[in-house]
Parts: sequence; C-alpha cells; structure tokens
Amino acid sequence: MKSLQRALALALFAFGFPLGADEIRFNRDIRPIFSDNCFACHGPDGNARQADLRLDRREVALARGAIVPGDLSASKLIERIGNPNEVLRMPPVYSGKSLTNDQKSLLAKWIEQGAEYESHWAYIPPSRPAVPEGPAGIDYLVGRLLSERGLEPVGEADRRTLARRLGFDLTGLPPTPEAVEAFETDTRSDALEHLVDRMIDSAHFGERMAVHWLDLVRYADTVGFHGDVAVNVYPYRDYVIRSFNENKPFDEFTREQLGGDLIEGASLEQLVASAYNRLGRMTNEGGSQAKEYLAKYAADRARTASTVWLASTMGCAECHDHKFDPFLASDFYSMQAFFADIEEEGVFAGYGDWGSKILVPSAESEARIADIDALVEDLTERGRDLLRATPENLAGFATELRDSLDRWQVLVPAEASNDCSDPDIVDCEKFEILSDGDGFVSPEFGRDSKPSKLAQVVKGDLGGRLVRSVLIEMFPPQDCEDFFLGEVEIRWLRPGEPARRVTIDTVIADWDDPSGQLQGLVDGNHHTGWTGNPHEEGIRRAVFVFEAPIEAREGDKLEVTTVYDQIFGLHGISYRQRLSVTDAETIEFPIDGPAAELIGKDGWSADQLAVIERLFLHMTSGNTFWQEIRSLKRERKRILDHADETLVSKSVAPRTIRVLPRGNWMDDSGEVVEPQAPSFLTQIPKTEQRLDRLDLADWIVDDRNPLTARVFVNRLWRLFFGVGISKILDDLGSQGDPPVNPDLLDWLAVEFMESGWDVKHIVRTMVLTATYRRSSTPSPELLEADPDNRLHGRQNASRLDAEFIRDNALAVSGLLNTKIGGPSSKPYQPAGHYKELNFPKREYQSDVDGKQYRRGLYTHWQRTFLHPSMKAFDAPSREECAADRAQSNTPLQSLVLLNDPSYVEAAKAFAARILESDATDDAKRIDYAYRRAFSRRATQAEREVLLGFLGGQRAYYSSASTEARKLLSTGLYSVPTELEDAEMAAWTSVSRAILNKHEFVMKY
Amino acid sequence: MPDPRVNRAIGRRAFLGQASMGLGSLGLAQLFRPDLFGAEPGVMGYPNRQAKIKRVIFLCMAGGPAHLELFDYKPELAKRDGEPMPESFTKNQQIAQLQGQELRVLGPQHPFRRFGDSGQHMVELLPHIGGIADDICIVRSMTTEQINHDTAHTFMNTGFRIPGRPSMGSWITYGLGSMSEDLPGFVVLTSVGGAQDQPIASRQWAAGFLPSKYQGVKFNSTGDPVNYVRNPDGVDRRTQGALIETIGKLNGIQRSMVDDPEIDTRIAQYELAFRMQMSVPELVDFSSEPQHVREMYGTDGGDGSYASNCLLARRLAERGVRFIHLYHRGWDHHERIKSGIETSCKYVDQATAALITDLKQRGLFEDTLVVFCGEFGRTPMSQGDRSTAGRDHHIKGFSMWMAGGPVKGGTSYGSTDELGYDAVEDVVHVHDLHATILDLLGIDHTTLTYRFQGRDFRLTDVGGRVLKSVLV
Repeated sequence: MKSLQRALALALFAFGFPLGADEIRFNRDIRPIFSDNCFACHGPDGNARQADLRLDRREVALARGAIVPGDLSASKLIERIGNPNEVLRMPPVYSGKSLTNDQKSLLAKWIEQGAEYESHWAYIPPSRPAVPEGPAGIDYLVGRLLSERGLEPVGEADRRTLARRLGFDLTGLPPTPEAVEAFETDTRSDALEHLVDRMIDSAHFGERMAVHWLDLVRYADTVGFHGDVAVNVYPYRDYVIRSFNENKPFDEFTREQLGGDLIEGASLEQLVASAYNRLGRMTNEGGSQAKEYLAKYAADRARTASTVWLASTMGCAECHDHKFDPFLASDFYSMQAFFADIEEEGVFAGYGDWGSKILVPSAESEARIADIDALVEDLTERGRDLLRATPENLAGFATELRDSLDRWQVLVPAEASNDCSDPDIVDCEKFEILSDGDGFVSPEFGRDSKPSKLAQVVKGDLGGRLVRSVLIEMFPPQDCEDFFLGEVEIRWLRPGEPARRVTIDTVIADWDDPSGQLQGLVDGNHHTGWTGNPHEEGIRRAVFVFEAPIEAREGDKLEVTTVYDQIFGLHGISYRQRLSVTDAETIEFPIDGPAAELIGKDGWSADQLAVIERLFLHMTSGNTFWQEIRSLKRERKRILDHADETLVSKSVAPRTIRVLPRGNWMDDSGEVVEPQAPSFLTQIPKTEQRLDRLDLADWIVDDRNPLTARVFVNRLWRLFFGVGISKILDDLGSQGDPPVNPDLLDWLAVEFMESGWDVKHIVRTMVLTATYRRSSTPSPELLEADPDNRLHGRQNASRLDAEFIRDNALAVSGLLNTKIGGPSSKPYQPAGHYKELNFPKREYQSDVDGKQYRRGLYTHWQRTFLHPSMKAFDAPSREECAADRAQSNTPLQSLVLLNDPSYVEAAKAFAARILESDATDDAKRIDYAYRRAFSRRATQAEREVLLGFLGGQRAYYSSASTEARKLLSTGLYSVPTELEDAEMAAWTSVSRAILNKHEFVMKY
Repeated sequence: MPDPRVNRAIGRRAFLGQASMGLGSLGLAQLFRPDLFGAEPGVMGYPNRQAKIKRVIFLCMAGGPAHLELFDYKPELAKRDGEPMPESFTKNQQIAQLQGQELRVLGPQHPFRRFGDSGQHMVELLPHIGGIADDICIVRSMTTEQINHDTAHTFMNTGFRIPGRPSMGSWITYGLGSMSEDLPGFVVLTSVGGAQDQPIASRQWAAGFLPSKYQGVKFNSTGDPVNYVRNPDGVDRRTQGALIETIGKLNGIQRSMVDDPEIDTRIAQYELAFRMQMSVPELVDFSSEPQHVREMYGTDGGDGSYASNCLLARRLAERGVRFIHLYHRGWDHHERIKSGIETSCKYVDQATAALITDLKQRGLFEDTLVVFCGEFGRTPMSQGDRSTAGRDHHIKGFSMWMAGGPVKGGTSYGSTDELGYDAVEDVVHVHDLHATILDLLGIDHTTLTYRFQGRDFRLTDVGGRVLKSVLV
C-alpha cells in the first residue's frame, strides 16, 4: 500500500498539466481512460459487453465489485489492471490497449477518493459562470486558468498584425495598406471596435464564414458517386453567405436548412435553404440497387446532421450500439427517420435529373418579377373596371364572345398521314399519324424509332363553307417544353382537279419570338420557322389568314401539311395538333373548353363572371390591357427560363425506416422506428402527427439542448483562436477532448443562446477580447508549460485555408473579382485532371472572363477530383462532413505556389501594379510590394535579397526577350502596353518570390 | 531575434516528442525534415515485426475482371452453358444489373490450359502470365462487400464503404514512411483499354483522415507528369533555381524575426519541390531503357499505356517508392465478353509478365509484392442476348494473384463452388488481403491505428487474417 502511494505521489508529480489540483475529476481524468481502454467491452454496447460489467455506470461497477469506493485492495479493477499475469491483466493484450503507470495511478487515486462519477460533461446543459459581461468575461476565464498555472500571457500584437489577423479571420482577405495605415493612426479609444464592425459588416464576412459551414454540410457542385456529374445547388451556397451577412439567428438558420420546405408558406429563401438535405452524394450508376443506396443516403443524413449540430459520432451506431457514448443503434435509425419524407431516388436516371428542384432567379430578376406581378395585377384590375363600368360593356362583350365561338369550326381530319418524301425524315415507315374524332392528330412512333423530323398531312372536309383562315393549335404533352414548327403548307383539294396551293397573307400567333419567326412558317424553308414555349395555359395557337377566301363546294377538302423538327435541341414533335377554320374577317383566337360552355348562357354567376372577365382581358382585339399583360408575362417567363435551378427538399409519404442489423440493408428483420431524439437526451413530446424535420430542428436549437450551442461556439473558437476549447471539433462525446476550460465553453454557449443565437454578436465578443489580440510569439515560459497553447497565453499563428491563399494572391495582385455569389467558377486547372472520369467524359473549360478571378470559395467543387491547388492546401473533398481542416506543409504546396498559372498570373498582375505605382525606384517598389503583400515595409536584409534577385532577373530577361514574352503570356491578364517586357518579367519573378514566401500563407 | 531559450525549448520539445517515438538518435536537422517525401521514418515503432518486403506494386484490374474467364476454370460451367442458374445459388443474394432478369449459366468463352511446372490453370489468352505461372500464387476465393464500381474500389482500397478513410497506400506510407529522397512514397498510375472505362475517383488514393502528406500522387501520362511539376513558360531551370534560392533566403530572414518552426519546414519543402522538378522528368524519360527491355514490355514508354505504366512502376520501385498503384480501367464486360476479355488480356498480359521478369532480373522481386486484383469478379450467369453475352458484377467469389517476396510461387489458395459463384474453401476477405500486405511489410495490422472521431481506426476495421499459408 505504501509503495503504491509512493508511486502515486511520484506519478502525480511527474504528470503536471492538465492535472493541476489534487482532486480527481471523473470527466476530466477518468472518463477518457475508461472510454479509450475499457468501454468497448464494458460500456454502452450491450452486444459487446463482457462479464456483465459496465464501467460507464457507477451502480453496475460497484455491484460487480470492480470498484469499492475508498478501498483499493477490495476493488477488482485495481487488481486486474495491475495483474502481472498477461492473461488476467486488463485491458487484455489482444485489444492492443494498455494503461500507463500514470493512468493506473489516477484510477487508484480516484477510487481512494470515493470513485465519484459525473455525467458526461457535454450532456449537462451549460450554465453561465458568474463573470464580467462581454469580452471581459472571456478574458477573465482565460486569465483565471493561466494564473492558476502561474503563467503570464504575452502582450498585445501590434496594430498591423491585428489588422491582418482580423482581415483574414473576419473576411478571408488581407486588409488594404490604406486600411492598415488608418488603423495604425486611429487614436480613438474604440479604434478596434470600429475596425471589427467594419469587417463584420462587410459582405465578405459571409463568404469567410460560409467556407467553414460548407465543409460541415459537405456542399459541392457534383454528386460524388461514380460519374460524379454536376448538380446545381449554388443558390444554397449563396443562401449560406447571405445568412451570415444578414446575421440570421442560428436557430432560424438551422430550422430553414433542416425543414425550410415544411415551414408554412415557405419563401423562396426557405426552400433554397432546404437544399441542405439534398447535399449528400447520389448515384446514377447502372446496376446499383435503389434499396442499398437509399440506405446509404439515409445513413449519410443522420451522420451529417449529428456531426454538424451535435458533434456526435452517431454514425458509429449504424451497426451496433455506440461503444463509447450512450447512443443506441435505434437512435441512429430514429435520426434517419426524420429525413424519411424527403423525395428522392435510390438510383437516379440519366445525367442531369437529381430530383425535386426549383428555379431560383437572381436578386435583380426577383425584383423585376415582383414589379411585373404588381403591374399585371394593376392592369387586370383596370381591365375589370372597364368591363364593369357599364352593363352594356358586359353584354356587348358576351355577344362578341358568342359570335367568336360560333365562327371557328374544328376541321375533323378525314385522313391523316405522314409524308416520307423528305430524305431527312428517318425511319418514316416506322411511325404513323393517329387521329381521333375530336380533331386531334398526333404521331405514334415505332418501338425503336424516335425520328427527329416529321411531316404531317391532314385532310379535312370543308363542308361547302367559306374559309378565310386556318387555325393551328398545339397541345403539348406534359413533359414537353418546346417545339419547332418549320413549315406550313395549305392546299385546297377538289375531286378531279389539281390541288391548289393556298397563298397565306398573314400569320398571327398568340406569341412570337421578338426576332419575328412567324414568316419562316410560310417561306418554303424547313429550317426557318416558329419556335416557342407553351404559354401558361399550355396551348399555342397560330392563325393563317388566306390572301383570298376559299369558297368551297360540297366534297372540297383542305390539306394542311405541318413540318416539325427537332433542330436546335428542341423537343417538340410529339405535339397533339388540331386544326380549325373560320369565315370571320376579324381574327380572334377561340375560347377553349369549359369557358365556352359558360358564356353561352344568360345570367352569370360569380364564377362565370370571373371567366368572362378573364376572357375579356385575354380576347378583345385592340385591348391594350391584354397586350401589355401579355408582354409582361412573356418577360416574366423569359426571366424564369434563364434562372438557375437548385435542388430542394420535397416532403412525401415517409419511407419505412428499420434498424438494420449490422447495418445490413438487405436484412428486413429489424424493428421499424419513428423519428425521435436520441433516447438518453430530452425527448420530443409526441403528438398525433409523426415528428418531422422541423421538430428535429426545434429540438436541436432548444435552449435545453446541451450540445448545439457548445458545438457551434467551440468551432468558432477554433476559427479565431486556432484550436477548439475542446479540440476535437466533431466529437464532444466520451472519446472527444474534455474542454480545457469548461467554464469558458459554457459561458460562450449560454451567451450565444441568450443573445438569441446571434452569430455576429458572439464573433464580435470573441475578437474584441484581450485574449484575441495577444501576440502569437510565445514567451519561453508559456512554450515550456503549454507548448500546444491550449490555455491561450498567446495567439496561435496558423496557415491560411486553401481558399484564402488564393484570395490573398488575387487581392494583392489587384485581380480579385469581388462579386458575391452566383454560379461556381472554373480557375485554370491542369489539363486532363478529369481524365479518370466517365459517364460522361468531360473537358474542363476554365473561365475566360472575370469569373477567372473569383474567390476560392466559388471554385467548382468536383468531389472526386477536387481542384489540385485546393486539395494541396487541405481543402476537403466534401464527400463527408468535415468539421476541421488540417494545416499541412508539403512540397506539393510549393509546386502550386510556384507553378500554378493562377499564381504566376497573379505575380504578373502584381508586377504591373508595382510598376504602375508611384514608387519611383527599385527599393521603393519593393517597399510598395511589401506593404501590399505583408502590410509592412521590407527590412534592409529583405530588400537586399530582392534587389539582388531583381538585378539578375533583369539581366536575364533583357537578353531573353522570347522567354520574357512567354512568361508574360501566362493567363488571361494582358500587361499594359506601356510596360516593357524585360522589366515586367523581372518584376514578375520578384512578385513570385513574394507570393511564395511563407509569410504569404500565414496569419500571425 | 527570438529569445534563444525559445529555440531551445522548441528543440527540446520536438526532440522529446520524437524521442518518445523511438527516434532519439536523430539530430535536430532531421527533425525539421520535410513533411512528405524525402526518406522519412514512419510512426513510432514500425515495422513492428520482421518485414519481408519493402514495397508493393498493386495492379488493379479495374472494372471487375471475370475470374471465370481468367483464373478459375469450371468445367461444370461449360457443361451447363445456357441452362437456368440454379436458384439455390442466387436466392436472396445481391445482384447488380441482372436485377429482375432470368438468370442463365454462361460457360467459359475461351479454352483454359495448364501453365508452368506447377501446372496452374489459366485461360489461354494469358500466355505471358502463363510463363510466370511458377512465380505467382493464385487466390481463387476472394470476396468483397460492395457490388458497384465506386463503392467496391473504396472498399478494396480503404476497407470501408464510407468515404473519408485512408487508402492502403496511405496507411503504409504513414506506418513506414518513405524511402525516396525526391519522390512521393505512394504513386498512382492509370491506363485504359479493353472495355468501357469506368470512372475512378481520386478518393481511391486519398489519405482520408490521415495527414494529407500520405495521399497518393497520381502521375499523368499526358501533360505534366505530376501536377505543377513543370516550370511556367519562360522560366528555365536556372531562373526557377534562383527564385527558390531567393524564397529560401527570404524565409530564412523571416525565421530570424518570427518564432515559427513551420518556416524551417517550408524552406525544406521548397528545396524538395525543386529536387522533384528535376527528378520527375528524369523518371519519366524512358530513353535510358535498352531495346530488349522495351521489347519485353512491348512499349517504348511514355504513351500512357498499361505497359508503359508497368515499366514506370519498375522505375519507381528502383527509386524507393513504397506503394505503386496501377489502375487499368478496362474489365467491365457487361456485354460481348468473349471478344472483350481477349482484348483486355492483350492489354495487360505481356507487360505484367515483363514486370515480374524485370523485377527478378534486377533483384527486386525478393522484396517486392506484386498484387493483381480487381475490385470484384463477374457472375457465372450471362448478361444480355446470347450472341452478345457478358457477365455482371459479382462479389461472392473471385480470383486474384500475388507474387514476390515470400509468396509461394506456383501455388493456389482457396476455391469457389462448382459454378464459381461462392467462395467456399479458404475464403479470403478484403481485410485478409490487407492484413497480409501489412504483415509482409512488417506491420501488425491490428496495431497500426489512427484516432478519428473518437475511434482508433485501422485498415482492416475489426477483421483481417494474415494468409500465412500462401507465404513461405
């Protein structure tokens, strides 16, 4: 016993940080040992449990005699961990685990002290420690821990360093030299607040924050499986940027993403947010089984949501109960069940259709659409007013309608066939033209034939009528979006006489392209003609007015040939077509179906009146209301046609979710589960209705949820202080890292929730602390006592994220395109980078306009072949949720900064900027460059190195003009003509040196 | 200037950190060694058993080669050609493109014969590989868990179906470090030919949750051999050298002003990058290869073919690359397998055998493991019309072979049932293959772990059995 105590004392002496005080705390000291070494067999997973012993439950550990509080010799645990016999010793050799002497001593000491357990810290709701308000609270808590260890923090960083730190942290961009200077000379006591406010209110704040969030939700521009084809969800990315910029409360942000589509009267914004649920990988690989992939998607969603909001590794419970945390396998599947209502395919068809989507107009378009809608409403109202102004107006119009109705007669086809004389019509013999009794004709294609061109001939009996015009109506099938009618020919047939070609005087249609295509219908050329989209009622009409009326006799027929084509990528030859004729001199479009029945009667009900009013607005020739409305509606449609799509969530009848034994999707023997929160956490009250994604969101952002706020502020802390308070950002569970400063984490979490989940508030509070402002240069004492800087006696220097390294080069060189949002961009990329892709094969086309210089976060994110520069600097593939990024330092990074055309071009543009600045000699130019790149002047030593290098480069390129030309031809940027090649090339070399300097990729 | 005590402290910290990993004898200079390439030790204590090989060349026959057309001779299959596949085999089994279709047996499309003194049974279409029959051990009882290309490759490479786990090449360079001064420890080469080329994601050679320096580096057959390894236009080697020297000097000055040990690493990385810029062009310059070697492989090199990649693999092996992963994307014979398999065999047969022979001639065979394996096999059942018959994906039993190091040449291991459907004898799981590869490299697969999301992950998950009986 004595020797054990002595060993213990020694061990504690040697242990040092984090074990400062004598008292052993379960969560801090013991749980990590148990979790890592014992829980796998003596923990939450019932199936794997050995000897009925649970060390995660005190009552079981005591009942089984493993632990006898205060009595080491009676505690079997102590005996087993110290047993010299390998066979009896715990943990067993085959587990690959073993306890260090320090750990054994801790366990012994803990049992001696009474073996008190604590609930896992992350599952106890955070409580606010009594400390000063605002940033001072953070400084107090950080300072308390430092002084407990007898450590002094370092002093404040200089203003230049601070301005750069804030620039990169809050906007992902370097501050301009002017901004740095202004801050350096700002004597106001709240100069820092001013700078911070300006940066937080900058539109680049949202871009910076989005980079982190997009890693979490695994946002990408491609589907990730197999052919990894493109999918359009960038409106979601822009939603994230906008949300951070507008400081959307985090609880609302959460609700919109998980269940935006379920919110009553969901706005476009909320629907776009619901794309969150559609960001996972999807397949279209032939031979995939839908059931298998639906299981994969479901697991992916549960894994992702639990990591994003709860920093919980629920994915570990896919095959069995969690080994370390109290999640049951059924919890994992109950989490999946929340998402079971999302419409999707297990295996999607084709290359472009990834399920439920909406059109998302740009902000400008949206504003114009709102204007149009208001104008249309106004015109409609004014039209109605006119109609109602006098009873005569109404009666007169109704009479007109009746007349108009009577004067169009459907030409019922006596014969319908296809004309195979045109050699372009392939497989003509394989299809036929069908006609029904109501005047409709449509082509019917053979099994293996899908011709791209069709000439349809319809003959109808004129019944001895006078005919002045022919009407062609096109009724599209549901999935058809457009058509191309190339030619219309009309002949008048009389038995025993040659057919007479009817000359068309005028073609009138309910819509024409602004360029005017109608005339192409009657010009004898099949390749010119009328193209169009069906209008909102789905029918398209064109009237052909004859030069002279036909005075038909009994037995006369009219033959109408219509040539449809699929050129220009248009679909439309599967239209149903109907012909009508009239003797009317004024051309009107006829009224379709039900309306016709209504207006024929006297005395109108409110419903009928509404129809008449609508028709009034639509039908009267010379009706300026209708003309204006029509042109507005066309504009509206054009805007929407050009809007981009985004995937959204659409709720349908939920799929059945079962617990899959061992995660096996083919095994249907598991119990069916309903949506519910993890069983050991507060449950969501059940109602009649099945719980849905909004219930999940509400539960996540409930003030009583112990995880959400902690998870988010811990990650923010990592962004601004280099390492999380709990350093494992995606696991606050038992295997995670107990927070080094639990009071600080709790204080931040409570502050965040009580501020109304105010993201900007909590960011501002963090960066306005003395802790944030500290220099990143450590004191020897701090380095010795706290080498990893977990106590924040200093700031952490860190390497910039991949996107911001690119942004930095673009900003410093002056190339940066500061546009926010929009479709992803394609920077230069090595040829053949997508060579291993197939279905379809594809060529990468880098942007050839201003998009080339867009910020890194807009880079086209190809999941299976991420842009190599991004990948080299540790950007994740976004196949899975990524809470943290590594900060590696590799030769591939050197190759990127040295040779990637984006960086060579940036150096070139930077050189031009330097040469065009008002710096007058080489030394001053180097200073100018340094101020732009590093917000400081070059030191004497640096200047000398660069001047020497410049001299050599100048000499070389002066005598190698072809080489200079070649270097200056890298990238799209063209050098101002007044700049000399050799000089430009030499300064490009100097700029390359600057952009490759370690300092350039660092935040200090 | 930083406080000298700070530098001392960093030195001591780094030293102690490394010392506890058993590398106490290394000096400070080595501690600031480059991060990725450059002969570098792996993690603490590896190899932790006797290593029998130094490197692996993994010839991935991507697309799923039909074991029943190559290495697994089934007379019964020929006998029942065209008959319905007995339901006892297929009931409740996973199936890919044949979902919901009538299942009929398809006999082998080409004759098999015995090769070598050992009399190994192989299809006649592989005369060159037949010529090394006595050097290889054919495993006829492989199984895997994923039936589609993308996920099956992921499983074959990482042991998991979820992305984000490290590829075996990454695990190995993580464990053992690199042996090359100026090349990556893990190199990937790709080629196509013989059937539709299924895509291969870069995930297949990703480092996953391991530090990114362990990711495989893909060499391109066209354009720059390695991304960004070529100088910008208008910049010659001397100019680039002067630039790198300048960057080094500037970083050196920075180091004297700021206490940031990463600067030392950065300086070293630039030197390494420059060395790599010189060594890679030399590596892919095949002009030094004598005519008889070119003839043996059937290529002059540099044409992006599988043969060229085999030759490059040997050059990489000579230069100390630890894990060389070839993908030949050309085995997905859903239809017309009779002609397809013949074409695919022509693409790989000669060069594969040449690689083995070449390794032997250069004394590299004894410490190199060569693996020839697809992500899965193909069904005994036919797919499509009889005239254009192919075979569908199959995961319950397929074939691969290994050679080199202590692998028993001229032997076979395991077998499938009489129709080649299920592996029935000495069944080999992907984890077993991984365990065996690691074992040969001197790594106990149960101990090489990395903590991710709270769990100690290994390449072999919770499985893995070393195939001792295929080894001497």
